[in-house]
Amino acid sequence: MAKTNKFSLKNVDLWYNNFQALKNINMNIPSNEITAFIGPSGCGKSTLIKSMNRMNDLVEGCKITGSIMLDDESIHGHIDVNALRKRVGMVFQKPNPFPMSIFDNIAYGPRTHGIKSKFKLNDIVEKSLRDAAIWDELKDRLKKSALSLSGGQQQRLCIARALSVQPDVLLMDEPTSALDPISTAKIEELVINLKKDYTIVIVTHNMQQAVRISDNTGFFLLGEMIEYGDTQQIFSAPSDKRTEDYITGRFG
Amino acid sequence: MMRRFDEQLAILNDMLLEMGAMVEKTITVATQALQTQDVGLAKKVIELEDDVDQKEKDIEALCLKLLLQQQPVAKDLRLISAALKMITDMERMADQAADISEIVVMMNRVPYIKKLEHIPQMAKATIKMVTESIDAFVRKDLELAKAVIEYDDVVDDLFDLVKHELIELICTDSSNGEQAIDLLMIAKYFERIGDHACNVAEWVMYSITGKQVK
Repeated sequence: MAKTNKFSLKNVDLWYNNFQALKNINMNIPSNEITAFIGPSGCGKSTLIKSMNRMNDLVEGCKITGSIMLDDESIHGHIDVNALRKRVGMVFQKPNPFPMSIFDNIAYGPRTHGIKSKFKLNDIVEKSLRDAAIWDELKDRLKKSALSLSGGQQQRLCIARALSVQPDVLLMDEPTSALDPISTAKIEELVINLKKDYTIVIVTHNMQQAVRISDNTGFFLLGEMIEYGDTQQIFSAPSDKRTEDYITGRFG
Repeated sequence: MMRRFDEQLAILNDMLLEMGAMVEKTITVATQALQTQDVGLAKKVIELEDDVDQKEKDIEALCLKLLLQQQPVAKDLRLISAALKMITDMERMADQAADISEIVVMMNRVPYIKKLEHIPQMAKATIKMVTESIDAFVRKDLELAKAVIEYDDVVDDLFDLVKHELIELICTDSSNGEQAIDLLMIAKYFERIGDHACNVAEWVMYSITGKQVK
């Protein structure tokens, strides 16, 4: 079956005032695959991921040119930004549950999108928690505060919360960097299972994580995309010396 | 300052070179033993083969340690995985040199039914292949690795020649049969050494290009 692209980026430049953070980015993100962005701090990978659901709109002085297409539709066109963020969910480095119950954390999104039926919300909460592989751990304590959970559980709760509005895409910005190895392994397993239903883009500083879970890898340096391709190819025989130097730790 | 990992890779490189030199020596001494029918020399090959086995184990242990500690990628991954495959072939070459020597010991100085001509040529050709496959590794020389693979045809042709000569000798006098079969086995061992040198060259190519040679 031919690959379809969920995202298609063409000539994307991005400035924070006078500083150019992204330089002429051209790439396709295939549907139902895991795409990893790697590169040193400040290379633009987080900026790029945030551009994909227009989180950078909130940053003062941020200007973006070029086109970012989601399912062949520009995300800067007529699309409503709330509708965009419903389709393109995000999970951050530090788990950020709302200071409310586990149930309400998950129901928050669906409620803001107008779902009021308790019956429907129950369903959504269960399905989202199941999809995030945390239902069995939390089903008996849905009324407890989300803040009482461990870091790893909080992160899976945040993934469940992102899934509750049935997005197409899940953007993950270093989702395991604050977690212990067991929680990290659970999230990695979860991410791999989610790709049958979602397109996933993950920023990671953990090279081995990129190797373990991603199908495609893009390497970024100083705002440029240096190399992008099949993960196994990039990590076994990269074509650019800068990629080689970075992934083998001989950078700089 | 050299990183610890680079130091370890340099050690791996040196150990592979040492093993290469040991294998070359094993084949060379086996060839001398064969040509001179020197049983003492043949027995020495069997000792040399033990040293090669030990070197293989040491390199294997280092590779496994590096895989575990460094989780290598890109050229480091290719080097270590190629090393792990190469040492298996190198160890087999030494085994075959020892097999040749065992036959020399077994023949116990019984005069050859014919002056050895093409078998020493096979030995020379395989030693060249072994030397050059190791050189290709050291110099990361893709062309030399390819040349080694192509040169295997020379060894194969010599093997066919030896085989036909031996068949003729048996046809002429069936009492030549026993020694002819021994010599055929020796030729076959040299032919296999050539194949293993090809495998080494293929792994050298993989470690340079990242493409597996079919």
